[in-house]
Amino acid sequence: MWDYSEQVQDHFFNPRNAGPVQDANGVGEVGSLACGDALRLSLRVDPEREVILEAGFQTFGCGSAIASSSALTEIIKGMTLDQALTVTNQDIADVLGGLPAEKMHCSVMGREALQAAIANYRGERWEDDDHAEGALVCKCFGVDAGMIEETVRANGLDSVTAVTHYTKAGGGCSACHEEIEEIIARVNPTAVAVQAPRAPEPPQPAAPRVNTLQRIRRIERLIDTLRPELQRDHGDLELVDVDGRTVYVSLKGACAGCQMASLTLSGIQERLSAELGEPLRVIPAAPQQIAC
Amino acid sequence: MSEQTPGIYLDNNATTMVAPEVVEAMLPFFTEQFGNPSSIHRYGDRVGRALRTARAQVAALLGATHDSEIIFTSCGTESDATAILSALRAQPERREIITTEVEHPAVLSLCDQLAKEGYVIHRLGVDGHGRLDLDAYRALLTERVAIVSVMWANNETGTLFPVEEMAEMARAAGVMFHTDAVQAVGKLPIALADSAIDMLSLSGHKLHAAKGVGVLYVRRNTRFRPLLRGGHQERGRRAGTENSAGIVGLGLACELAGAALEHERTTVRALRDRLERGILTAVPHCFVTGDPDNRLPNTSNIAFEFIEGESILLLLNRHGIAASSGSACSSGSLEPSHVMRAMGIPLTAAHGTIRFSLSRYNSAAEIDRAVDTLVPVIEQLRRLSPYWGEDGPLGDAQTPGFSPAYA
Ligand SMILES: Cc1ncc(COP(=O)(O)O)c(C=O)c1O
Ligand code: FES
Repeated sequence: MWDYSEQVQDHFFNPRNAGPVQDANGVGEVGSLACGDALRLSLRVDPEREVILEAGFQTFGCGSAIASSSALTEIIKGMTLDQALTVTNQDIADVLGGLPAEKMHCSVMGREALQAAIANYRGERWEDDDHAEGALVCKCFGVDAGMIEETVRANGLDSVTAVTHYTKAGGGCSACHEEIEEIIARVNPTAVAVQAPRAPEPPQPAAPRVNTLQRIRRIERLIDTLRPELQRDHGDLELVDVDGRTVYVSLKGACAGCQMASLTLSGIQERLSAELGEPLRVIPAAPQQIAC
Repeated sequence: MSEQTPGIYLDNNATTMVAPEVVEAMLPFFTEQFGNPSSIHRYGDRVGRALRTARAQVAALLGATHDSEIIFTSCGTESDATAILSALRAQPERREIITTEVEHPAVLSLCDQLAKEGYVIHRLGVDGHGRLDLDAYRALLTERVAIVSVMWANNETGTLFPVEEMAEMARAAGVMFHTDAVQAVGKLPIALADSAIDMLSLSGHKLHAAKGVGVLYVRRNTRFRPLLRGGHQERGRRAGTENSAGIVGLGLACELAGAALEHERTTVRALRDRLERGILTAVPHCFVTGDPDNRLPNTSNIAFEFIEGESILLLLNRHGIAASSGSACSSGSLEPSHVMRAMGIPLTAAHGTIRFSLSRYNSAAEIDRAVDTLVPVIEQLRRLSPYWGEDGPLGDAQTPGFSPAYA
């Protein structure tokens, strides 16, 4: 039943830094009883150097939620706030020797609590996206229903093969194909499965707002900074469009089976959301070009 | 758990230990008794006789009139699917099904699929104690309904449904009645001959037989369409060469269960009550879910507030104690179990429900050790919980002193 690494078990059975920090000056709270997991992270930050001196967690949740919280506190102790802001959920998962796909959200919760705690220290408000991701559909690649729905809608996809090209979902054991077909039928009722995938239609940009252009430029610049890393992995990334909080990208991967964190859409989405300080949805607007 | 500590198995609603006598009875059917029961020669003939004995043993436990009402299948899930699909195929003009919101997925997922194919599924809701509204049920019984499928005992809470009464109501309305009795058989006396139940599912591995063998009881004269067609096994009602070792074992397991029914009603129930009292006395902020006055003698489902089920199970497992949880966290959906949601268990507790299910192999010493282990486990997790203060929940129960960035 539990596919937990030794590191997850160690952090669960012997949690580090459990309990609130005395004289905390930054506290982040995410999750709720309704969600089934919640985390309060408290930090004591040295105001001179902005270094995290102490970190403590209180967590309501499953084994990996507690282990992720414990691992997070170990990672960030001694970091400056700016360093801590670059910690990704993948970093947490890495310290834990990986997490099952169903449990990756636990590491995401850790990163969100960290951002909330730093925002609280700095006297800012932290806003999370609405967590309306829906159930995990493809366990092989950790793709949820929301991602598949939006990708099908944005690109008018009409077959499981097309969904796999865009999101990787369905590219492994194929157990999720029935569910993907159902999403296609629901979102794109006119879909004809035999039809060849159409060229993606560029989505309509949102009505221009004052700083839309600046915002798009920022996203563009951020994507450019991510590209060298992807190119090292023989991949690439291009910005196609920005519509409200949805960022359309074209992603090129070296290998369909490659699970490199930097190549996953959710990884990119997280980096963009973190750096822009607003929740963004990254949706592929072109099939992933896959070499093998 | 250190290798020396003997484990305590309190998860018998998930599956049971195969009784040693049952293992013993099965073994020859893997070795010298390997014949195909359909064969005319003596290799097959002996196996054929053993299957006849097993069929009679199952019929006796169920109080069935005829041995030929027993159809061996591969599991409880197959029995459920066979019953429901048979009723639909035998009565193509009837396009509705009545079931409940708290059935096992063996019934619920099938009904979800049938809904996509155009059938109308009526899922009866339950109240806070998991009880049905029989007036609502009566109102749904029309000539459009092909079958009613209602579980005898709920696998999560042990709550019993009044299936005998509901079967009478269905018969009066001319509607076929099936019950998933996978959790009830072997724990409660059953007398099908005196009932109006048309079909009943059971599963071997829930009553100390092996996994991979089940039964569908089909009352004589019930219209039936097989799920698997092929050879003439099971009188053509379930094709496929018989799992002879599994069936022989199930037969003996039914005989043993029949002999232990009184023990189940008295001793196992007393152990369950001892466990429950021990926990409720020592642990604050927990309560029994389901209908405590009307449930299986072996099952106790307890909701622990402000902590999550999987972490409780992981810590119990470390001390050698096996139980299970209604938490669906491992499915990635983060939804509490459909049974807890249907009963409207408060959010503070819905993720922290633990099911303890006993068997005749448990002892009083085990129960006491389980209570002694559980109490500190709950305390330990509550100390980690952001909803728990020095010595109790923060704020009032519904709005804890915790204000996350999203709710
Ligand atoms: C009420 C109920 N129905 C059906 C089943 C499925 O039985 P099987 O595992 O034999 O398919 C179970 C087993 O968990 C059950 O508890
Ligand atoms: S679950 Fe989607 S390919 Fe395996």
